[in-house]
Amino acid sequence: MATIKIRAKAKNGVTTVKTLMSHPMETGLRKNSKTGKKIPAHHITEVSAEHNGIQVMSANWGSAISKNPYMSFKFKGGASGDMIKITWLDNKGESDSAEAAIK
Amino acid sequence: MKKILATLVTALLLATPLASMATPEQDLAEFRDYYKKRFPSTPFDDFVNGVYSIDSASREQWQDIEEFPPYELNISNGEELFNKPFANGKTYASCFENGGIGIRQNYPYFDTDRGEVITLELAINECREANGEKKLKWKRGPIADISAYMAYTSRGNIIDIKIPDDARALAAYERGKKHFYQKRGQLNMACADCHKFYAGNMVRADLLSPAIGHLTHFPVYRSKWGGMGTTHRRYGGCNGQVRAKPYPAQSAEYRALEYFHTYMSNGLAVNGPGARK
Repeated sequence: MATIKIRAKAKNGVTTVKTLMSHPMETGLRKNSKTGKKIPAHHITEVSAEHNGIQVMSANWGSAISKNPYMSFKFKGGASGDMIKITWLDNKGESDSAEAAIK
Repeated sequence: MKKILATLVTALLLATPLASMATPEQDLAEFRDYYKKRFPSTPFDDFVNGVYSIDSASREQWQDIEEFPPYELNISNGEELFNKPFANGKTYASCFENGGIGIRQNYPYFDTDRGEVITLELAINECREANGEKKLKWKRGPIADISAYMAYTSRGNIIDIKIPDDARALAAYERGKKHFYQKRGQLNMACADCHKFYAGNMVRADLLSPAIGHLTHFPVYRSKWGGMGTTHRRYGGCNGQVRAKPYPAQSAEYRALEYFHTYMSNGLAVNGPGARK
């Protein structure tokens, strides 16, 4: 299932990338109300963004990032039609990535 | 003298109840007039945006969010669920007119055969049951996503709730109207208190939204919920907030309220699902 939505726009030599990722982002501190046991942590730990194959942004995320995180960042360069690739990796070793063209 | 007095009294007694029984059309005209007077600089069609139509600071923040709305995931999920066939091979499209696309503006409606108000969520679950599937929970989760997708396909369509010439339909409308104006709970407040008489005022750190244009944007993604929720989820929350016991979702009371409440937004365009604080 596609968990990443990307929108990228280039304007005046700067590209703004916005992404919405679908992920439970469990902190590991919440308790299951029925069993009383802690729900294990399951959240994204690394995010990487590439422009035409070159990394332009990397992020280390902790448990404080909310569920279904929205993120926006800018980088110098980029032109309409160039490819942006976003990849996330979580603490369980799962990962997903998606690509979109800059508008 | 006595005769004249008696005739006068009878005439007055007859006149008063007639005057207080306004028709739904009269109620709607009064409702619209009230908000137009209270917020004279708001274009009528903009009321569908709630507080963002009456406060520029929060409108800017909301417009930023709308560039990449949080409810997009719910719409995608809703679309998948809507198109996925049941175990018997049929889909939701078989239960709705126009295959369920672009019909949000007609809900809720009064079913004269059954004598009941039918809401969109009720219709979704009845479709499931008719096709051998279990009902979904009413307030959040898959039903909210399906409803969000159906609302999304109806964006721009004008809300057109009809009250058929049937005493039961009028009774449901009146029941909803009564709920809207009736004070309840430990805080002794009515829906109308916050959303009509105090609309635009602050309640702690929140702005009170006008009731006109409320239901055009449901189901709604609330930042507070971190997710999508249905109309009856919000009704339960509102009742709970004034410390009144909430009614069950899809109870006759909430369906009557939704009937009245949506009728009051007749003439405004569907803009669901919405993103709100």
